[in-house]
Amino acid sequence: MIRALGWVLRRDLLLAFRRRGDVVNALVFFVIVVSLFPLGVGPEASQLRNMAPGVLWVAALLACMLSLARLFGPDHADGTLEQMLLAGEPLVVLVMGKVLAHWLMSGLPLVLMAPLLGLQFDLPGDALAVLCLSLLIGTPVLSLIGSVGAALTLGVRGSGVLVALLVLPLYVPVLIFGAGSVGATAAGTGAEAHLLLLGGFLALSLVLAPWASAAALRIAME
Amino acid sequence: MGIAAMLEARQLECTRGDRRLFSGLNFTLGRGQLLRVAGANGSGKTSLLRIMCGLVAPSAGEMRWQGRSIRSEREEYSRNLVYIGHLNALKDDLTALENLQVAAALGGKPADAGRMLAGLDRFGVEHCAELPAKVLSQGQRRRVALARLALAPAVPLWILDEPFSALDVAAVMELEGLLASHLASGGMVVLTTHQEVQVVAHAVLRVDLDLHTAALLAA
Repeated sequence: MIRALGWVLRRDLLLAFRRRGDVVNALVFFVIVVSLFPLGVGPEASQLRNMAPGVLWVAALLACMLSLARLFGPDHADGTLEQMLLAGEPLVVLVMGKVLAHWLMSGLPLVLMAPLLGLQFDLPGDALAVLCLSLLIGTPVLSLIGSVGAALTLGVRGSGVLVALLVLPLYVPVLIFGAGSVGATAAGTGAEAHLLLLGGFLALSLVLAPWASAAALRIAME
Repeated sequence: MGIAAMLEARQLECTRGDRRLFSGLNFTLGRGQLLRVAGANGSGKTSLLRIMCGLVAPSAGEMRWQGRSIRSEREEYSRNLVYIGHLNALKDDLTALENLQVAAALGGKPADAGRMLAGLDRFGVEHCAELPAKVLSQGQRRRVALARLALAPAVPLWILDEPFSALDVAAVMELEGLLASHLASGGMVVLTTHQEVQVVAHAVLRVDLDLHTAALLAA
């Protein structure tokens, strides 16, 4: 089972490497959106510091959602998804491999880029650290929840809008506690409570989302 | 021989939307038998094959493998099955060799490059091994997809949707030979085709979806 997960991971990373443009797109989107805000609202430092957590988190969330269509869509179109359903390995394991690859390609680059962008908003060092940590815990949740939405809307016309409608309500708690953790650090109340809740979301989605995605994929194939 | 490894359809029914494609379909398939699914375009051949794989649930009835419903022991059944659909299931950005390795690994089979190359060689596409699938012609892509069969002689049940499409005469003969040797060694083959093909088998079953019959042609 671990071997199958490794192969799916390897396959998806190799495909992403051969289509680097797709990975770069989401990252460029993130950088552009975040960079436009200081230009748009003016150089008032305290104002920028206040809105930084929200802006960075919303941009990360949207960047993650943009790449959801690529999670199962191409595999569905060329028939490889069909073969995964008939793989002789539990589909849940294969879905986990795909979601992990998706996070490595779409979530992790955002985490690494965030501190640099945070500097544009004059965020202090401890807030930058918490921002990174919150994104590190939060973006896997976005990928996991997103995989359920992507699987449910597979092969449906206008699936992009439908995915947004399905997953955005579920993303809201992650957004609130993710951005809240940075805000709480800046306010001096400490971010532990927020980060623990984010950790809780991660644990819950790690247990539930792959099963839900696998079930949704089976339905999508019917 | 016989009962031990057998595929059985019981009162299968398939509806797509409001249209009933077939109903009350019964047949059994034993070792060394070839099942050919015939019917006009749109008569439900692909649907039947997808039901036989367990990808789609029939609207009534069930498929059984060794006496047990295929949907209750999905992974176990899948390990006894190679399905080649009308899509070739090749990733455009992976090479032919990588495509085969991934397919083998996901099927729980060893993925060493030597065996893969031998499989590609069997279908005359060894020189394409290091080429990305997107630059291959339609016929070459089909050959790469079919090379999975050459790598899976021990998997008893092969389900093939239009395996002869896009193939040239040499590849058709190669595939016929491969199917015949699989059947001779006790395997089972289910296929749909519009072409007249010569596959040597000691028993050929024919399911005709236009006439709603299942008949044993030769035994």
